[in-house]
Amino acid sequence: MPKTVTSGMLRNSFDRRSVVVGTLQSGLGLLLATRMGYIALADNQKYKMMSESNRVNLSLIPPRRGWILDRNGQPVASNRADFRVDLIPERLVEKDKTLAELAKVLQLTDIDLQDIRDRLEKARGFQPVEAAAQLGWEEFAAVSVRQPDLPGVVPQRGFSRYYPTGPCVGHLVGYVGSANAKDYEKEHSPLLITPGFKIGKDGLEKRFDGELRGVPGARRAEVTASGRIVRDLETREDIPGKPIKLTIHAGLQEYAARRIGLESGACVVIDTHNGDILAFVSMPSFDPNSFTDGVGRLEWKMLSDDDHLPLRNKILHGLYPAGSTVKPTVALSFLEAGLDPNEWVNCNGGLQVGNRVFHCWQHHGHGRVDMAKGIYQSCDVYFYHFAQKIGMERIAAMMKRMGWGQTFPLPFANQSFGTVPDPAWKLKRYKKEWAIYDTVNATIGQGYTLVNPLQQAVMASRVASGKLLMPRLMADDPIAPIQSLGIPQAHLDLVRAAMAEMVNGRGTGGAARLPIPGVQLAGKSGTAQVVGLNIGNGKAGAWKKRDHGHFVCFAPFGSPRYACAVLLEHSGGSKAAMPVARDIMTYLFDQQKAWDALLPLEAGWGGTPQQRQATKYKTYAAQYGVRAPSVDDSEAAMQRADSDETIHAAPQPVQSAAASPAPEPQADEVPTSAPASPTATAGHPL
Amino acid sequence: MNVSYIPAPLRNLPWQVLVPLTLLVLFGATVLWSAAGGHFAPWAWKHIMNFVLFLGLAIAVSHVPEHRFRQVAYPFYGILMVLLVLVEAVGRIGGGSQRWLNLGFMTLQPSELMKPGIVLVMSVFYATLPPTLIRSWRALLPPVLLLGLPAALVIIQPDLGTALAICFGAVVVIFLSGVPMWWFISGGAAATILAPLAYFFALHDYQRKRVTIFLDPESDMLGAGYHITQSKIAIGSGGFFGKGLGNGTQSHLEYLPEAHTDFAFATMAEEWGMIGGLFILFVFFIVLFRWGMGVSRRAPDRFSQLLAAGMTSTIFFYVAINMMMVMGLAPVVGIPLPFVSHGGSSMMTNMLCIGTIMAVDRWSKRRVGRMA
Repeated sequence: MPKTVTSGMLRNSFDRRSVVVGTLQSGLGLLLATRMGYIALADNQKYKMMSESNRVNLSLIPPRRGWILDRNGQPVASNRADFRVDLIPERLVEKDKTLAELAKVLQLTDIDLQDIRDRLEKARGFQPVEAAAQLGWEEFAAVSVRQPDLPGVVPQRGFSRYYPTGPCVGHLVGYVGSANAKDYEKEHSPLLITPGFKIGKDGLEKRFDGELRGVPGARRAEVTASGRIVRDLETREDIPGKPIKLTIHAGLQEYAARRIGLESGACVVIDTHNGDILAFVSMPSFDPNSFTDGVGRLEWKMLSDDDHLPLRNKILHGLYPAGSTVKPTVALSFLEAGLDPNEWVNCNGGLQVGNRVFHCWQHHGHGRVDMAKGIYQSCDVYFYHFAQKIGMERIAAMMKRMGWGQTFPLPFANQSFGTVPDPAWKLKRYKKEWAIYDTVNATIGQGYTLVNPLQQAVMASRVASGKLLMPRLMADDPIAPIQSLGIPQAHLDLVRAAMAEMVNGRGTGGAARLPIPGVQLAGKSGTAQVVGLNIGNGKAGAWKKRDHGHFVCFAPFGSPRYACAVLLEHSGGSKAAMPVARDIMTYLFDQQKAWDALLPLEAGWGGTPQQRQATKYKTYAAQYGVRAPSVDDSEAAMQRADSDETIHAAPQPVQSAAASPAPEPQADEVPTSAPASPTATAGHPL
Repeated sequence: MNVSYIPAPLRNLPWQVLVPLTLLVLFGATVLWSAAGGHFAPWAWKHIMNFVLFLGLAIAVSHVPEHRFRQVAYPFYGILMVLLVLVEAVGRIGGGSQRWLNLGFMTLQPSELMKPGIVLVMSVFYATLPPTLIRSWRALLPPVLLLGLPAALVIIQPDLGTALAICFGAVVVIFLSGVPMWWFISGGAAATILAPLAYFFALHDYQRKRVTIFLDPESDMLGAGYHITQSKIAIGSGGFFGKGLGNGTQSHLEYLPEAHTDFAFATMAEEWGMIGGLFILFVFFIVLFRWGMGVSRRAPDRFSQLLAAGMTSTIFFYVAINMMMVMGLAPVVGIPLPFVSHGGSSMMTNMLCIGTIMAVDRWSKRRVGRMA
């Protein structure tokens, strides 16, 4: 190249270089065209799909849950149309701002907000959290309008579970709730994280979740990037879950639950023709309606503060000393062993066994007592005396035949067995030989004997029918052929007559007499001691130390149809249980009369269980506000609360002495004087 | 265009470029019409009005004689520099970055005007530089200063896209001026070394993020990679014939960000498909390669050659970067597609460039006419 550059050379250089620039430019143009062809033609299918999945939002419609019906087709659990608002934690952008906005629109209280925050904290990812349900149209519309500005907020119209009688069926049907992380691990279905979808969490709702659930519908909608729905493309309706039908009589169930009132108790009513369970009541109970969205702090505090243990299913998981309700069974075992029912013993208020005196509840003594009087006057001495002769093995065998210590083929996850003590059992359990005082204690339903109200109702139904009745709960289950108990009719007649005499004649159960002309009730009361007489007399004083009251019965006496067992915890004895059983049985024959008896009582108690709970909630809200402690994991806590039957079923200390019988009330007579101080009753409580 | 009954001023307009350009603007207007949900407001009308307005400006510019261009080059550059400093100062006082000045009747973005401005001043510089000095430092140092000052001012605004556009136009003029090739080779080598350093030390966080995401858009599907991904979905789902006018779901359902400005090409491609894309490329091929570079090659003197080539390159830079960006070949920088995207300033800049090339075209025709 020459040293000096001329303008001609620059011109040439320009020409060359402009060709380079032009070539690069058109080369880039070609590259762009190729690139576009690659995206738009080669990858067209891929991007078309991505564009479609952008455009179309597929959302599941939670299926309507199958109804739970009573024997007459009346709903025990149904669904009601519902406007609701859920939160998807993963999508919430500004949690506090969103909640503040929601609180304004929905008029949420600080307590509501606190509960929502608690739930949000526990929820993970796309697990929906309920912000509010049962909204009015106005509120729902107000949230819907603001939805584009509130990411993560899902207003929805759908159906929610509804239990018309609320707490009256809590322990029967269980409750439903949103699926938690554990449920989702078990079943990786997108349905579980669909807002508004609930699964059965407890009881029948959980056991029959498969049948009740149904098939979700689906909705395809065109949505904008911010989630606003432009239009619906197509909708597939959900297929509602199948209904399940129970043998329960919804009216009786509600009545029994309300009749228990302020007491803590349980009631089971069984149809003695086929074993149908007509009522299955444990009170007080949580309200399953308010459980569907998780338990709030205040509710939890209310439930856990309550010493009546509303979370405990007392029918299945409670265990109680049977008290004198065991006597008809023991009498049947005597008869089977060949004891002449006319054989008698003289009761002077106690019986020397070994070197100890076992008292009769009637310290004045019953005088000459045969088997019938032993039952209707509930004479302990009669049973002390003959039980020693017959022996515990035979008594225990009869008890098991009548349902004591048994579990039944019912759709409940676990049932308590209770205890029917016999020598083999004691040896195995305590490595101790059976002692004669063990027999004596067992024959009056104290000592090791433990029973739950279901077993007592089954026992009553078997006495009433003479058949090996099995309780049934599912109306559509086939009825298995019912076998006879194999007890001679004469034996049954004698025991039944004694039970009828107890209520309608010379017995201690006059308070249970039915107000229905021509219908006689036959029953047996039982009082179970909770603490030894050295601590309290069981009738008054601290609630926790009062006696449990039992009453088992059937009616009509002549041709038994219904059997019933009532348990009232710490009610001070069977005297409290009898009127409750009477009214519940009255309901089966004359509903009006039964209501006439209940409504004035209920007015004094502060209304129905729902009303009382609402009042209590208000009190708690005023008292504690947002200061109630948080619930770690309410679901797990509920399971714990329900299963801590350990309170009652804890390994009992070895009994080495007589448990003194609890006093039997004599309704028609002046109550007997307080029991004398025990002589040999250093016995252990129970 | 030898139709004698058409008046001369009209007859002498470069119709071979104005017709394709008008078609492109109208095509852009339909895209904007569709992006607005089938309404001329707010973008399509304004787009056409802008074009008409600035076409008038371009024709006016095309009548400016060459010596005037040379005359105003340095003063024009000086005024723009003052304005750039002023913008920076106003921004500092007002708190926060600012790119435009409010003149009351309109907002003025000096950095936009700097794009043709730098090309003009560079062309004048090299045209007046004695050819013998082209290999000396005096051929490089003044242009580097002339370019460095405005580029630095624009970068700190911060507006990386515009700064790059200014540099690109200037560098093309320097390249075509005939400075030694090894400057460029060593400059390129320096750039490859400096680029990573700049990435780590000079870029803002958001700019750095854009680069990272450009390299791997799927890494941040819902964040900043969203733009590139959604744009590719729009283009890819359009296929060869597109979804049809008004049927673009990506744009209408708001998945595509900036559907009427930076990503207008994606909006177009979704509804018109590859056909629309090829049409746009074809128009730019006609306007830039055939006409722009052609005018530059035919230009009568060094100044007009460099001027036309620089102006063409400035428009080309917009086109290239924007289309590479929407197709995922370049990071997201806020650069619109000329004549298609909505936006007054970019229309003004591009029409100024077109007007200048038209002016060069006139000068060469006149000279050819005189010689004939």
